[in-house]
Amino acid sequence: MRARFSGWLLPGKPMQGLEENRARHSSPIRILIAKVGLDGHDRGVKIVARALRDAGMDVIYSGLHRTPEEVVNTAVQEDVDVLGVSLLSGAHMTIFPRLIELLKQNNAQDIILVGGGVMPDADVVALKAMGVAEVLLQDTPPNIIVETVRRLVAERGPR
Amino acid sequence: MSVPKPSLQLVAEVLEGQARSLSRLISRAEAGEVECRPALAEVYRHTGRAHVIGITGVPGSGKSTLVRGLALAARKSERKVGVIAIDPSSPYSGGAILGDRIRMNELNSDPGIFIRSMATRGALGGLARASLDAVDLMDAAGFDIVLLETVGVGQDEVDVVQATHTTVVVSAPGLGDDVQAIKAGILEIADIHVVSKCDRSDANKTITDLKMMLGLGLREQTTWQPPVVPTSGETGQGIEALLTTIDEHRAYLQQSGELAKRRRQTAEMRMLKTAEDILRQRFVGRRDGVAAELLEQVIARDIDPYAAAQRLLAALHEGEAK
Ligand code: B12
Ligand SMILES: Nc1nc2c(ncn2[C@@H]2O[C@H](COP(=O)(O)OP(=O)(O)OP(=O)(O)O)[C@@H](O)[C@H]2O)c(=O)[nH]1
Ligand SMILES: [Mg+2]
Repeated sequence: MRARFSGWLLPGKPMQGLEENRARHSSPIRILIAKVGLDGHDRGVKIVARALRDAGMDVIYSGLHRTPEEVVNTAVQEDVDVLGVSLLSGAHMTIFPRLIELLKQNNAQDIILVGGGVMPDADVVALKAMGVAEVLLQDTPPNIIVETVRRLVAERGPR
Repeated sequence: MSVPKPSLQLVAEVLEGQARSLSRLISRAEAGEVECRPALAEVYRHTGRAHVIGITGVPGSGKSTLVRGLALAARKSERKVGVIAIDPSSPYSGGAILGDRIRMNELNSDPGIFIRSMATRGALGGLARASLDAVDLMDAAGFDIVLLETVGVGQDEVDVVQATHTTVVVSAPGLGDDVQAIKAGILEIADIHVVSKCDRSDANKTITDLKMMLGLGLREQTTWQPPVVPTSGETGQGIEALLTTIDEHRAYLQQSGELAKRRRQTAEMRMLKTAEDILRQRFVGRRDGVAAELLEQVIARDIDPYAAAQRLLAALHEGEAK
């Protein structure tokens, strides 16, 4: 039970992630990382989930092959700040519009939608125009992903 | 940026059973926002109906799989089920990967089920306050059963499962030691013992070992003798039986007067834990001032920890008077 108090009064390590998180947000940022549809590529999401956890966030991972309905229900129940969807299957142009529609139906437009994976640049422009807040493609370093999530949550403000 | 909805307004929507408002209020409660306290006070007046079941056991013993089975079984009798699944925060980053829910995927599209994951937030405490506020909110929102899953490691988590009506302790074969729960010291708190993964051939040994341990009389004698229920998430064996046993336990609590006793203990625990939590928040608020100075003095052995604690409390008290 050593960790219980360490870093509690002493500034800096070992709870740096927590401190940084708190400075921006009254409690840790909550994020759902989801895989939707017939897409078995999960190396990327696992890296992303760990990076966000190590940055002090509460991360929920959906597991593979979820439906848009399941993912949005989960995002609502978990009241995540960010719904991050990883797509390497090429189905992004049908899945993202569906997610946006379901978030609206659930009165959950305050949940920030972020995309990642493999998709053509032209599609990224189209996705952003329809309301996906950010799309981070292959080779994005973990620290950029962390910073982007923090920035988006800070920009949204309290809810 | 939009204007946040006042918490009191969300309460009305929670009482109508609106999922979005329920999840928002759980977050505000978890964050310890002062703004939502009057709302939670209102919520508290609408509680006391749900049957709250604590599920504990060592990591990997099959708790989440069991929660999934129980939730599906309870839905057959049209009961609404709330789930709170607690996972540990990393002591290094304060972050957490909340992985219980991944075992409950079939429950995601049923509006009669609401699952919420929660991190222990180690260093900042407040687990009991946050998770039991969430139980209140689910209770007020009309959930008939609330299942609270947590690893039984650490006093805070044991306090939380003991604050439920029925505590289920899960043991499982194949985790190294025969009955791991003994090591974790949580066997005593069980109202019901489950041996999960009974589809495995080595499960019988776990059942025998557990029964032998229980025969040694770890627990004070009451009229309720904690039964041992074998279950399997793979085959579904024992899940209905477990739900029946849980319902029997609830009936026993009511008939024996034990329920009133437990309510009293829980109320006391929550009051004290919350006071502890409020104090802790105030210390954190002062960490750059008095607290940091006192800490240096203790490290230098100028004063002892007890004297430092007294001065810290006195300083908080003065701060309040101003
Ligand atoms: C490894 C790999 C596989 C492995 C997957 C192993 C696994 N468990 O993940 C295996 C061999 C199983 C596989 C199978 C297939 N694959 Co494959 N695969 C790849 C490959 C080579 C690398 C993917 C990878 O792991 N990258 C490393 C990780 C770390 O990167 P990443 O996932 O992109 O994640 C990063 C970012 O995108 C971002 N990110 C990702 N998710 C998220 C989420 C959020 C919220 C955020 C903020 C950021 C973010 O952060 C990460 C770190 O920077 C790619 C090629 C490529 N260039 O991507 C093809 C590729 C994805 N595969 C492809 C195909 C076609 C297939 C198959 C259909 C092949 C087949 N015919 O059988 C099958 C389908 C499997 C299935 N069930 O879905 C195509 C997809 C084409 C498309 N989208 O139109 C690709 C692009 C190859 C190609 N050029 O044709 N594949
Ligand atoms: N054979 C068998 N395996 C099971 C059963 N229940 C759970 N498992 C497996 O045991 C592992 C842990 O199951 P969980 O339900 O996640 O256990 P848990 O106690 O919730 O785990 P933590 O939350 O991590 O402490 C998984 O690999 C499950 O597939 C069962 O009834 N039979
Ligand atoms: Mg679990």
